[in-house]
Amino acid sequence: MKLNVNGSTHEVDADPATPLLYVLRNDLELNAAKFGCGLGQCGACTVMVDGKAIFSCLTPILLLEGREIKTVEGLGTIDSPGPMQQAFIEEQAAQCGYCIPGMMMRAQALLQSKPDASDAEIQVTLEPNLCRCGTHMRILKAVKRARELMKTAAMAPASGERKV
Amino acid sequence: MKFGRFLTGLGALIVVGVAGAFVYAWKPEIAPIKPPERASFDQTLIEHGAKLAAVGNCTACHTNPGGKSFAGGLTIPTPFGTIYSSNITPDAETGIGTWSEAAFQRAMRDGVGRKGVHLYPAFPYDHFTNVSDDDNRALYAFLMTRQPVTATPPPNELPFPLNVRLVLAGWKMLFFRDGAYQADAGQNEEWNRGAYLVNGLGHCGACHTPRNSLGAEKASLHLAGGEAEGWSAFALDGSSSAPVVWDKDSLYTYLRQGWHPDHGVANGPMGEVTGNLGLLPDSDIRAMATYIASIMGEPSAERRANSDKLLEEIKSGPITSAISNDQSASGGKGAAIYQAACAVCHENGRPQPFGGLDLRLSSTVNAPDAQNAINMVLYGLPAASGRTSAIMPGFADVLTNNQLNDLLGYLRQHFTDQAAWTDVVQRAADTRTGKYHVSVRPSDGIERGPSNIGAEDQ
Ligand code: FES
Ligand code: FES
Repeated sequence: MKLNVNGSTHEVDADPATPLLYVLRNDLELNAAKFGCGLGQCGACTVMVDGKAIFSCLTPILLLEGREIKTVEGLGTIDSPGPMQQAFIEEQAAQCGYCIPGMMMRAQALLQSKPDASDAEIQVTLEPNLCRCGTHMRILKAVKRARELMKTAAMAPASGERKV
Repeated sequence: MKFGRFLTGLGALIVVGVAGAFVYAWKPEIAPIKPPERASFDQTLIEHGAKLAAVGNCTACHTNPGGKSFAGGLTIPTPFGTIYSSNITPDAETGIGTWSEAAFQRAMRDGVGRKGVHLYPAFPYDHFTNVSDDDNRALYAFLMTRQPVTATPPPNELPFPLNVRLVLAGWKMLFFRDGAYQADAGQNEEWNRGAYLVNGLGHCGACHTPRNSLGAEKASLHLAGGEAEGWSAFALDGSSSAPVVWDKDSLYTYLRQGWHPDHGVANGPMGEVTGNLGLLPDSDIRAMATYIASIMGEPSAERRANSDKLLEEIKSGPITSAISNDQSASGGKGAAIYQAACAVCHENGRPQPFGGLDLRLSSTVNAPDAQNAINMVLYGLPAASGRTSAIMPGFADVLTNNQLNDLLGYLRQHFTDQAAWTDVVQRAADTRTGKYHVSVRPSDGIERGPSNIGAEDQ
């Protein structure tokens, strides 16, 4: 089966009922998305499909033929982080970091469809994602910063060379 | 000139009729009062009123989620247009602060506002007319001692002639019979108490009874299943879709705690109802259960046998196995979706209310139409804030309408004996676009429940 992840097509050899999360981590070695509960209750596995945030632990790959999957790895690189990643670095918004990729992807989905999302909207949108370390205030701060960075990034030429 | 005389006679009749209708329709204003002091109400009466307001679920319509309690302004979509709920805080300008108790009693009994206007039956006075004077007095005491809020709802959006309140007099003439509840001497006290609560303040029929084209409940189909905020309100009579037959005890447990191991968790607008009933004493809940059980009646021997058999089968655990090889429904696609996305919760053996329900027990999967199943799969059951609650993730962003159809086709075939639903794709599309409006609530709906009221408002 073919999966489109972060802009490139991957041929995967897995049972169509396999949850996307396992395929990402085990077959494609994209380890950003995490396994937390496997029940759609924690959000650690959140990735984007066609611009929407979804729980990859509950999404069998048979549903994903021809759809665009995006993970944190698709938001930027270590040398050239995307605005969402940059914002989390600048705000140092992680304790253990386990929940962070899910938080980023849900926030990214929100800000992509709604660049001017209000603080309240950000908070409500992130509700399905749990953070056991209590990093919530920093996470919210980071997402608000990302909201600004994404706007600047949208205006600047797409060089990806933003310096801190 | 017989014909001429006939015409004159007819004309006179019409004049008299119209005049009569006007007299019937015309209701006097009840003089405004100065908003009463809190001290003028007895504290126990206020507390009693709080419980009754919970039974009436007043807050559900008269509070905008996240807004001030009872300040109104909630959008209430009806087939005829949009109505905005009124402000029932004791604010003198914009609420009911100038209403005397007599004005309040009349609104409940006759559906007429203080100034004499007819109220839209979105305010369920066809039920509230049953409420006793004493209970109305307590409700009045409770409402008049809430925090006054200055808020005027947006004007209703109703087409002509429905925007003319006089039309409501005609509606009332056709469908509305006023008068407090009269006990049925052939039934015991508990049954009568239940009937009073269910058909009066509880206004269960407002959702659970089907309505005619003019929006009135069909009296002949009392509690035979209706609609509420985009959800099917299941039948509470003999046509109930519950695979395990309800009885007095299970109804009691369900209403008391908001879930039952053989039936699952109250969801959609019902979550809010069971949340609100939390304030009632056990005896009242039992009375409601008694009455509803009597409406459901004795199940047929066949239904009882199926129900018993199912309960026996459930004991031996979920029917996993063979699922992934089941190629029948939609080429096995629905089965694969179920196994990957649903079975982790619905077959993990974790008990209700936090585990997924074994879908063989589900009234939703057994229901006559697919609407609730669509709502549940698309939107799930959001977590209640600040407390433990049942939860189900929604799949709206994962499943296409065709995939949803595959899934529901499989559920229907694998877990029930019912015929396939044939309109899932279209219904799902209309649900997503909002053409068919669905409200999504956490399982206990406490955000607007009266137990929450006052925390911020007072
Ligand atoms: S691992 Fe997917 S929601 Fe917890
Ligand atoms: S940072 Fe540890 S779980 Fe959120």
